[in-house]
Formats: sequence, C-alpha cells, structure tokens
Amino acid sequence: MSEREQRALDTLEQNRRRPPKFTAPRIDMSHGAGGKATHKLIEGLLLPALENPALAPLSDAALIPFGDAHLALTTDSFVVRPLVFPGGSIGELAVNGTVNDLAVSGATPLGLSAALIIEEGLDTEVLTHEVETMARSAERAGVSISTGDTKVVERGKGDGLYVVTTGVGVADPELNLSSAAVRPGDKILCSGTLGDHGAAILIARGDLELEAEVLSDTRPLTPLAVALKDSAGQGLRFMRDPTRGGVGTVLNELARDSGYGIALWEDTLPIRDVVHGACEILGIDPLYVANEGKLLAVVAPEAADIALEALRRVEGGEEAEIIGEIREEPERMVLMHTRFGGARMIDMLVGDPLPRIC
Amino acid sequence: MKYVDEFRNGEIARAVAAGIASLTDADRHYKIMEVCGGHTHTIYRHGIKDLLPDQVELVHGPGCPVCVLPMGRVDEGIVIAERPEVIFTCFGDMMRVPGSRGNLLEVKAEGADIRMVYSPLDALRIARENPDREVVFYAIGFETTAPSTALTLQRAKKEGIENFSVFCNHVTIVPPVRALLDSPDLRLDAFIGPGHVSTVIGCRPYEFMPEDYGKPCVVAGFEPLDLLQSILMLMRQLDEERCEVENQYGRVVLWEGNLQALKSLAEVFELRPYFEWRGLGFIAQSALKLSAAYADFDAELRYSTPGVRVADPKACQCGEVLKGVLKPPECKVFGTACTPERPLGALMVSSEGACAAYYNFGRKSFEKVEIGSKG
Repeated sequence: MSEREQRALDTLEQNRRRPPKFTAPRIDMSHGAGGKATHKLIEGLLLPALENPALAPLSDAALIPFGDAHLALTTDSFVVRPLVFPGGSIGELAVNGTVNDLAVSGATPLGLSAALIIEEGLDTEVLTHEVETMARSAERAGVSISTGDTKVVERGKGDGLYVVTTGVGVADPELNLSSAAVRPGDKILCSGTLGDHGAAILIARGDLELEAEVLSDTRPLTPLAVALKDSAGQGLRFMRDPTRGGVGTVLNELARDSGYGIALWEDTLPIRDVVHGACEILGIDPLYVANEGKLLAVVAPEAADIALEALRRVEGGEEAEIIGEIREEPERMVLMHTRFGGARMIDMLVGDPLPRIC
Repeated sequence: MKYVDEFRNGEIARAVAAGIASLTDADRHYKIMEVCGGHTHTIYRHGIKDLLPDQVELVHGPGCPVCVLPMGRVDEGIVIAERPEVIFTCFGDMMRVPGSRGNLLEVKAEGADIRMVYSPLDALRIARENPDREVVFYAIGFETTAPSTALTLQRAKKEGIENFSVFCNHVTIVPPVRALLDSPDLRLDAFIGPGHVSTVIGCRPYEFMPEDYGKPCVVAGFEPLDLLQSILMLMRQLDEERCEVENQYGRVVLWEGNLQALKSLAEVFELRPYFEWRGLGFIAQSALKLSAAYADFDAELRYSTPGVRVADPKACQCGEVLKGVLKPPECKVFGTACTPERPLGALMVSSEGACAAYYNFGRKSFEKVEIGSKG
C-alpha cells in the first residue's frame, strides 16, 4: 500500500469515528428515508440537543428505571399514502408499529396513546374505518388505547390523516438486549419474507402501473418476540423490527454499534417472488425496503436452531430463516455472500431508495 | 424467479470462472474496463470480482450518465426548476446529483415543483394535465434513454403540446471511450461493451476499438452470468491473440442496432460540437441537443440559463482513476474536498463509483473476499 493510500485510509477512519454534524440548511425528503441522512439528523442535531442516558442507545424503545423495574417507552408517527393499502391501513400500522417497538425491546405492552391529525374534508367513513381498525389491532395485540388527542388541520396541510402513537410497557428483567450483547458466532434470525410492506405501498400508489398481488405484512410481533424469549432465554441478545430503511440499514446499525462484522447469505434471505420481481423492475433492493411485521434477532449459536423452530411454529413466523452471523471481521461492516458465489458490501441506505435509470 | 435465476446460477458461474482461470497467464496482469454503470452495479451486487483470478482486474468505466453530468448542467437545471410556472420532471437518481449549490432534492425542499418520473412520457402526461403550467423534462442518459426522449418529443409535436420542453443532457458512448483510448498512459487490455446502449446503436460503432487501438470488445448483458461469460470471451480473444468486437448479448442486441430508434434519434437530435463531462473535461461531439425541427421544445432556448461553466477543480483526477493510472485514494482531493456528500468528481457521485465505493468500504471495496462457510 502506498503512503498516500495509507494516509487517505487513516483520515477516513478518523472521520468515521467522529460524531456526525448536521449541516444541511433545510430538511429534504432524504432526511425522512431512514438511511444515512436520517442518521445524520438524529445523531447530529437531535441527540446533542436532547442528550440523556435513556435516549443515548437510540433503541426502538427507551428503558427508564422505575423502582425495581424498567419501563419501556416508545413513540412513532405514521404518514402513509394511500391510507388503505393491500394487507392493511394506517390505523393498523400505527398500533402494530408501536406495539412492535415494545415487543423487540423485550417489553410487555401496558397501554398506548393515539393522536389523530385529521385534514379538513376527510370523509367520516374513512375516519371511522381507521379508528375501528385501531381498536381491533389493539385487541389483537393484547393492549388498549388508553388516551388520545385529535387535531384538525386545514385542507392541503395533511394527507387525510396522520396518526401518532406512543406505547408504554414493562421490560423483561431477565433479558439484556443490546448491540453490546452480541458476540462473534451469534446467528441472525429473520422471522419471514423481506420487503412486503414497502413493495405493497409502492404498487398501491399506482404511479408505476405495476399490477401485482403484494400484501403489507403489518402484524403485531409480540407472539414472535415471546417465542424467542421462551426458546432462547439468555441466548437472545438483540431484536429489532426492520421498518424504514429495511434489513440492510438495521444490520449496518448493529455492525457499527457492536463493532463487529456481519455476514449474510443471499440464498437464505426469504423474499417473495413477486416482491423480488417488483424490485428488479424498479431497480431497488429488497434489503432496503420497509417491513412492518418482521423481526430480526441475534441469538447465541447454541440456541439458534431451537429459536428458529420456535419462530416457525408461531403465526407470522412460518418462513423464518437464519440469514447470517456475527463475525470478528470486517469490523463494523455488513458483507453478503451472494448466491452467485461472490461477496458484496451492504452499505446503509443513502437517501430514498430511488429507482435507477441504469 | 423465472428469467432471472437462470442468469444468476452459482454452479454455472463456477464453471465459467474455471474457464477464465484456465486462460489466465499467471505472469500477466489483465485490466478489463466495463464501460457501463449498469455493469458496475451488477459486478458489485453479485460480487463478480471474487470469482476472478487475482490477475484479472475490472476497471469501472465512465458509463454512469448521472455521474458524468458536470455541475454547471445541474445548476442550469436548478435555475429552470426554480421558476414558479415550471413543473420540473426528472428520473429518480438525478435528484441527488450535486451542482455547485446543492441538488434537486434540496431545491424541492425550498419549494420548487420537482417531480420524479419513470419515463419522459409521464412528463408529457403531466403537461397534458396541467395546461396552465410549463412542464420541463430533464433528459439524461446515453443512447439507451435518448430514443424514449425522442419518441416523447415526436408525440408532443404531433399533439401540438406547447407547454412541454426538454432540457437535453443526452450523451453518446463512443467519444468518451475514444478519449480514454487516446490517452498515452492508458493501461487497459480489453473492454466490456454496454449492452443497453448497444440495443440501440448495435455493435458496429465499436469496431474502431480493435481496428484503431487494438483492444478487444465484447458487448455484454446485465445479469452476472452475462458479465462472466463476456470476460471469458475477452480472455479467449487475448489468449488466441484475436482482437475483434463480439456480441455476448445476442438475445437482445442486433449487430445493426435498432434502426427505428436510430431514425428517431436522427430526426429529433443533433450532435453538440462539444460537451463537458464531470472529471473528464470537454469531449468533442459527445452529446446531443434538439435538432432545428424540434427547437420549439428546447428548454435551453425557451429559458435563459446562465450557461456558466463551473470549473472542475484542477485537483480532480477522475481521468487518471478511470485510465487505471491512479487508485482512488491516490487522487489529491479524495476524502477531503471530494466526498460522497459533496462529490467533485464523477466517480464519487454514485455509491458504485470507484471512489465512493472506496470511501465507504476502504480496501474491502476492491480486495478479494474469502467466502467463509455457513457453519
């Protein structure tokens, strides 16, 4: 390696370890896409301003000490067009999304809040459908919507309906789930097929004139999380629901936060043919497409097979697979062994997953 | 998945890779350039470099049409996009290409009406639906996308749609390749020709490569087995000391190209005397503009754009990296003035550009990776 190359690499390494600065003069759509720009916004602007120990790990739910226990607290806002899509609707997403953030934090949900931001002119019928859907989804997830708020904004200032939900739960004291708990050799489990939700939304928007039967995978993950806890016990190290930014982004976060490398095997990734096909046509990668009913878990090697079997026995986990493992190398990077016989670096999503022209 | 998995079969890949290995002279280093950005994408996505012998190196070429667009052309597009009467339409990956003061995504955030389209025909539809607005399509791409722009303009003319215009940045593939081949310090042995461009222009335009420069060229498809097979075909040529243009992508590419598309191109476009390429400078007759017959649809004539050239910083050494003379980190501005967030040169724009890949993954971006077992 030339001296110049070594120097360039050293500079890169220094830059990589430096906390990010948020320098954009205004917010654009890439800041909402869940990839690198979103990270910069969170770590460069929000985190420094709000800094505190519960927020710092940036996990799906914050754990707040309360007496002998830990409360799990999470919030999420839902903006989706169209409001109703194959396989679900905004109300169902809003309940499941928050329930899932609690579930993957190893917490049992205690209650939810729901705030509705309604655009002037929304049909009452649509609102009724969403509220009833929320009630049904909460019942299915075994939690109630205990408090809420409504606001109406002028026509043109909202896409019909925005929903914000907050969830409180009690964390399981037996579990220590964090990126710091993972070890080389641990297996990565995925509870089912990738990209169903994002592909369903893209197709439902109708901009693409693609016709395909893809259903959103929105569902509560609590039964899957419980099955993992019961089967793997202390061997369960880490859980996440790979929503915005997809599996590729979540695994990059894990690699970066744990300091280890991650190896994936392309031939084990569960992806529906129809989702694969839609992604091929659009030039986007299912690894970065959003899921709303899938769980990623890191499990100690000796517990991996039992945990996989347990997942597969639960509704919504039938197509679970072991998709990769934690490795010493390459540090803080995600590497996928392709079906073709090579290797590919999986980066964090940069901006929106925009279709390519070539 | 049918029609896809067949072209990604790992077993066949190993057999083709063995064929390549058997033709490799252990004492020789082979540098093969894939001209097209789509090929670069396939190479990264399927890890093709890991299947090749150490002696065979793939050099990523200039063929990513959004990457080679100079800052000045992005800036001019932004000036048009900012006009209140304009609905500005472009392809998705154009949105992030940086000009001297930001990209289209940022201008959209400032309030400009910028819409992503999948086809220029979508832009024409928007024009039809918004007769009180001016719709501008920001056309980019090689001969691959130029026919769809031509067809759209023919349709606009036929329908008499007056609130539609095209800001034309179409480029042609042969001049930049010739410019590379003209460099005295070029260190390339053979070329993988661009498959999609060739569906339009055919294989004949590449004949100058073997004839004038003694470099073999194989026109290749975009699935990983297509690429691997085209490398095998090139290695065979080098081994047998043959030097010619061959067509690996026969299921799509005709030797003569698509005559109807070529006719449309000839009607709608004419060659610009010269055009600037990001990091490569000005290249003669390397881009298209609207012909006199379509001047009414030319956004460059309809709107006054500053026409200012934003100079590529002198330190930018994309040309040297493309020619295989320098490695990305050996460029003077790599990682300092030129980063994926603020790219100066073409090779830093797309995440698959040689420089951006190196920036993100260091030596891992080009080193061979040992494939561990699943256990």
